[in-house]
Amino acid sequence: MAAVTTPTRPPRRATETPDTPAWARWANDHRKWLFAAPAMAFVAALIIFPLAWTGYLSLTDAEGSVRAESEFVGFQNYVEVLSDTDRFWPAVGRTAGFTVVALLFEVVLGMAVALLLWRPFRGQKWVRVAILMPLVATPVAVGMMWRLIFDPNIGLANQALGWIGIGPQPWLAGQHSALPTTIFIDVWQWTPMVVLILLAGLTSLSDEPQEAARIDGASAWQRFRHVTLPLVMPTVVVAILLRGIDALKTFDILYATKGRGGGSFHEVETLNVYAYGLSFDYNEYGISSTVLIIFFLIIIGSMWALTSRRKESQR
Amino acid sequence: MGLSACGGGDDSAASTTVRVTLANHVWTENIKKALPEFEKQTGLKVEITQLGEDQLSDQYNVKLNAGSSDIDVMMYRPLQEGKLFAKNKYLADLSDEVKSNKDWDFSDFQAGPVTATSYEDKAVGVPIITEQEVLYYRKDLLAKAGLTAPPKTLDELKTAAAKIKAADPGMAGFVARTGKSPAVTQFSSFLYSFGGDFVDSSGKATVNSEPAKQAYAYYGGLLKDHGPANVSTDMSWPEAMAIFTQGKAAFYTEANSLYKNATDPAKSKVSDTVGFAPFPAGPAGSKPYNIPSWALGINDNSENQSNAWKFVEWATSKEQTLAQQKSGVPGARASVWANPEGTATYPKDLVEAIAASTKEGVGHDRPLVNKVAQAREIVGQPIVDAIAGKDAAAAADTANEAFQKFLDDEAK
Repeated sequence: MAAVTTPTRPPRRATETPDTPAWARWANDHRKWLFAAPAMAFVAALIIFPLAWTGYLSLTDAEGSVRAESEFVGFQNYVEVLSDTDRFWPAVGRTAGFTVVALLFEVVLGMAVALLLWRPFRGQKWVRVAILMPLVATPVAVGMMWRLIFDPNIGLANQALGWIGIGPQPWLAGQHSALPTTIFIDVWQWTPMVVLILLAGLTSLSDEPQEAARIDGASAWQRFRHVTLPLVMPTVVVAILLRGIDALKTFDILYATKGRGGGSFHEVETLNVYAYGLSFDYNEYGISSTVLIIFFLIIIGSMWALTSRRKESQR
Repeated sequence: MGLSACGGGDDSAASTTVRVTLANHVWTENIKKALPEFEKQTGLKVEITQLGEDQLSDQYNVKLNAGSSDIDVMMYRPLQEGKLFAKNKYLADLSDEVKSNKDWDFSDFQAGPVTATSYEDKAVGVPIITEQEVLYYRKDLLAKAGLTAPPKTLDELKTAAAKIKAADPGMAGFVARTGKSPAVTQFSSFLYSFGGDFVDSSGKATVNSEPAKQAYAYYGGLLKDHGPANVSTDMSWPEAMAIFTQGKAAFYTEANSLYKNATDPAKSKVSDTVGFAPFPAGPAGSKPYNIPSWALGINDNSENQSNAWKFVEWATSKEQTLAQQKSGVPGARASVWANPEGTATYPKDLVEAIAASTKEGVGHDRPLVNKVAQAREIVGQPIVDAIAGKDAAAAADTANEAFQKFLDDEAK
């Protein structure tokens, strides 16, 4: 008679014997999850939980205090926010305008500077350091500094204009000049980052296509347009992606130059500034969360659009 | 030590470190200098976190909202966030504490400030700094324009400002806060002096009453026509004060508690020519605000409430209040104001201006609601519209409608 044995799982490893305790075997089986668990807990605690909590708050009428009792109101906040043409939609417009214009200037300027720095020249090291200076400064400090420079009455900018015979400009103080001025500050601070990324892309290109084009008699512009640019395009998309997401989220420069609400007429109120005001000035946590969730979706959407473009350009 | 324990229960495990969050203010600088004395007296250690006004407010919003216990004593603005904080139960009930020490004497505090730091008849804070709006002016510019005395009425102020600006276009006749929300508190004295208020006795919005419309048009017009060139609509007191102390403006209406910025030679180019006068009278007389701008409260979630109270009691004692007042911080204790020592260090004309203000003063400088920040933005809109040259009356009508809706929402 054949001995009846309970079927056991054959040992997977030499170290595993039938005597290995059950927990050890279980741990061995699930080790890829076990090792990843701390990282997953970290992500859950720091990303997923706040996001889920914000999502939950966006469906309630929480205000005054987060701990105060609040009622579940479903998508009422979303209806309210999406039909708000007073603050929300203008803020969306400003966010898009700010991002697109700043990004355009930064990429074009960044490309120009990167091309200049591409070929070695004397004193290149110092020029690179000088260009990177704005990048290492804290945005809030940068905002404060420009706010002083652009002060319409005692600022340096208008004094400098006076020396060359141009009348004082309102800069940040003007209702229509404030947003362009903050875009200028953003371009001043972040173009170096684009330069840095593009320069890395340019220096990784091989010289042969350039040489070939030169022998074929292509002009500098033709070489840039038809050789360098297509080759460096993947890096340009990376620069746009990184800088674009950052520009969408810009807060510190706007807050440091125009303060709460983006100025008295909300001149520079972007979605981020608006959501901040809703939370910290108005204590409207429900509505504020709604704005943030919508903003989050906008960022995810633009990221998706850009990365799919990137894949296309790589194809 | 004759102190009763706070409502916090068993304090035997309480820390000997008191964590105090304070705003950037002269008061804070003074209290920091005096701290070693308190630490020696009680054996406690005080840990101070010091923040700008806006950052302070954000910090409270985050920490108190989360039920954090790592703030024991908090410096807060009774008129700005007092009502909201008390309603949210962030502020500990101090009713027993304020009565516990006869020498400390709670009845010595002025009635107005005490009302502002109470909630539902319970004391939830102790006022530390009071403010009235006064007129700052430049004696030299006045003399140059042939005027012998500072303006007594708003009409005279306008005429004098116009005259000075006309004589020197680089000089502003008048400067004041222009930011939508920051301007509201200083605008309030204009509103009252024209005979208006933010709400009437039945709680209805009245920012489009005839006096209110006149006040908006007057304040905005004064800044637009006789203010600094390229006037922005973002100025709070640091910016407006900078224009005044850089010698670029003749008149400036602002809280008296900031006077040292103008009279201190280290901060002001015009320190020796600054004069002070009571708030100029409007059609309804001179009616500046007279308010407690800052108070100390105790975090209801603090596990160190009894030691926290020791700090509050010390920092608001008669001795400290007198020392503070001598160095330029107007306090809320009647006995200190009655003491000649309490006013000896002030410019003489400022003491007179304060005395006049406390007589006729109004106890609030902004709408008394829960969500003050929001209300300020609503009632401040006509100010910035008027400065930008838009129709102040129409803006006041729009603002009144929005403000009434806001009040209705809040009453729900």
